[in-house]
Amino acid sequence: MRMILNRLLQAVLVAFTVGLLTFIMIRLLPGDVAYRIAAGRYGYDVVDSAAAAKVAAELDLNKPAIQALGLWLYDLLRLDLGTSLVSGEPVWDELVMQLGHTLQLAVTAIFLSLLIGPPLGILAGLNRGGFLDRGLMLVSTALRALPQFVVGLGLIVIFGLMLNLLPTAGHTHGSHLILPAVTLALGLAAVSAQVARDAMVDVEQSQFYRFARTKGLPEGQVFTRHGLRNVAVPIVTYLGVQFIYLVEGVVVVESLFAWPGIGHALVHAIFGRDVPVIQGTALVMGLMFVALNAAVDGLCYIIDPRRRDA
Amino acid sequence: MFRNLMAGVAVGLLLASSPASAAEDRVVDVVAPFEITGLDPAKSGDVFLRMRIVETLVEADAQGKPAPALAKQWTVSEDGKQWFFTLQPNVRFHDGSALTAEAVASALNVARAKPGLLSKAPIEAIAADGDAVVKITLSKPFAPLLAFLAESRAQILAPASYAGAEVKSIIGSGPFKLTKLEAPQSLAVERFDGYWGAKPEIEQARYLAVGRAETRALMAESGDADYVFNLDPASRTRLAKSDKVKLISVSIPRSVLIKLNAGHPLLSDVKAREALSLAIDREGVATAILRYPAAATQLFPPSLGIWHDASLSPLSYDPEKAEALLTGLGWKKGADGILTKDGKRFALTLTTYPDRPELPLLAAVLQEQWKEIGVEVTINSTNSSEIPAKHQNGTLELALMARNFALVPDPIGTMLSDYGPAGGDWGAMNWVNPGFQQALDGLTRIADVSQGETLRRQAVAAIQADLPVIPVAWYQQTVAVSPKLEKAGIDPFERTFGLETMRWGK
Repeated sequence: MRMILNRLLQAVLVAFTVGLLTFIMIRLLPGDVAYRIAAGRYGYDVVDSAAAAKVAAELDLNKPAIQALGLWLYDLLRLDLGTSLVSGEPVWDELVMQLGHTLQLAVTAIFLSLLIGPPLGILAGLNRGGFLDRGLMLVSTALRALPQFVVGLGLIVIFGLMLNLLPTAGHTHGSHLILPAVTLALGLAAVSAQVARDAMVDVEQSQFYRFARTKGLPEGQVFTRHGLRNVAVPIVTYLGVQFIYLVEGVVVVESLFAWPGIGHALVHAIFGRDVPVIQGTALVMGLMFVALNAAVDGLCYIIDPRRRDA
Repeated sequence: MFRNLMAGVAVGLLLASSPASAAEDRVVDVVAPFEITGLDPAKSGDVFLRMRIVETLVEADAQGKPAPALAKQWTVSEDGKQWFFTLQPNVRFHDGSALTAEAVASALNVARAKPGLLSKAPIEAIAADGDAVVKITLSKPFAPLLAFLAESRAQILAPASYAGAEVKSIIGSGPFKLTKLEAPQSLAVERFDGYWGAKPEIEQARYLAVGRAETRALMAESGDADYVFNLDPASRTRLAKSDKVKLISVSIPRSVLIKLNAGHPLLSDVKAREALSLAIDREGVATAILRYPAAATQLFPPSLGIWHDASLSPLSYDPEKAEALLTGLGWKKGADGILTKDGKRFALTLTTYPDRPELPLLAAVLQEQWKEIGVEVTINSTNSSEIPAKHQNGTLELALMARNFALVPDPIGTMLSDYGPAGGDWGAMNWVNPGFQQALDGLTRIADVSQGETLRRQAVAAIQADLPVIPVAWYQQTVAVSPKLEKAGIDPFERTFGLETMRWGK
């Protein structure tokens, strides 16, 4: 109960800090805001000083900074994120649509990464120094080192062009989800495989694991009774951290695969100085981070009975 | 419990990824870089026009001459100040409402209150004159009005589209009607059976905005897209060897230009500007970066017909002459090879933008070529709006840009906004040439093409001589088309993807 209260407090603090920081950072960016918004709205062929002047007049951009921030906070209290300066649509509507697409991508990616990473990592950990262990180390290091952009292009070339199995980009069919999700999943799995491998090595070397073997339990039972739960805690904890990797990943992957998600929108909003959209997106991402951490804590609580006594 | 959850997710995944054979459907997938930033025609009106959802009062034919569209015909009064546009009969919008002069007038009045070329025309009033005639009153004769009315931002939407001056939905009158819109990335259309003109053969189409050029090229190659607009040079070279797509190229009225601040101490002398121009190996630049032979010899490409003057002596490459010109101005090379005079270095900042990926590359090549003659250039690749912003506050020195002369089918529209008496955000800066201004002004009064010939030549020659901008290259537009699509083409004026004339092969 106290944990939930703590998390709620944390959420409020995150909301306030994110709003304040994005606001200050956007103000500090060089360039005239009205011109940037006009370029975002009308494109490079049409942006000119007349368009910028109309934007400035329409949006009342010359009001003092403190007043603009106050208005944003007041609107936030009423759960109103404002309207996009570029498209003119309510930020909330845009976020819901984009977030839906991004969540679809992110959840699929996490699920796929869990299917790939931890099982391979555990197998490698159980056969330390073996062929799988060394191979996994090589592949996961390579995948983590390669930018997602390159991994994604590679997947497009292999599955889209050479094998012609999957569509390359877009979002009209469900099958469009596969390549971007796999691109993200490979990066996630590369890390979670290493975490799982190291956790498995630790557990296998522990006295209770060796004792379980000594008392004659078959290998399968030793693992399911004494290994799985102990290995799961670091993997789940690490999932929370991987969210950062996902945020960075969706920005790149969404642009590459023309996926209409929140990362793609954020990049465009920053170019176009679309302050309400930047603030709204940062806010939602910050709150998701809090929610995810809470979920991870909860999961660890369920998995690890020792925490319940503490 | 965990196992159930896993099974659930797995089933969900399978359902979500039920393969749909994109290649076999009869939907034309159009892919282009332009995002749909909003419903307002001032924002993404060009996408709606290119998909033929909406129409304008006047169209442009293949040569860029005005052609009837929603206006069947037009007349102009003796003094050139009153235009009468007679509307096509029996035109219906996609919501079933009829096209009336009232609707046209109010759509145009909304459009001219927003940023766009129409707001720059000397229009006093636009009003209905009866049910089928729209009357436009001007404050002075203005021949380019027809071209201005053909601009995508002057599109005519149904009265139900508007809430005040705001556009709430896209209800056009074109051969295709909007069925789905997922801004900023995609929209879908289907054939509008109540269309007044020739009915297209294509029944359905989709539009997808894909910002990355390499993704667009891969979509063309894999067959995910049927009509891919705007390919980058590297992909074009690769796709030309593939038999999976057809490539179509056309020269378009867009030029790569260097805008110069003619009021800057280093650039105010025309000899300095000429030296910068002579130092550019245009052939080399075009072949190496754009990968097609498109070195500019003057401002307008040959595709612009009447504005291209074949008799004009071409801009040339002569670095030695460039150095001689600068020496003549008193510049001497210092120890580091950079020119100096009275302790000041010949150093300038070149502003450009990466929205067109070739521009920063071109900037880097120009930097090298100017270094050869002792000119030091710092590249600032930033947001496109920095060029108009720095023009206005007077800090711009050099800018590398890709200018579209066919925002309206007749370049006179762009010429007026870029090279008018006070210069223009995307054109001249601190450049004064009374003869040129007279020629330009004269052209706004003359509608007849051959009558304007002398004035046009005079204007083009003045730019060639004074170099308020330095032309570098002319653009070609390339599209990749699925071999299954017949009669696909490119409109040099970028007004349509050609859905209305395409058809599926057998």
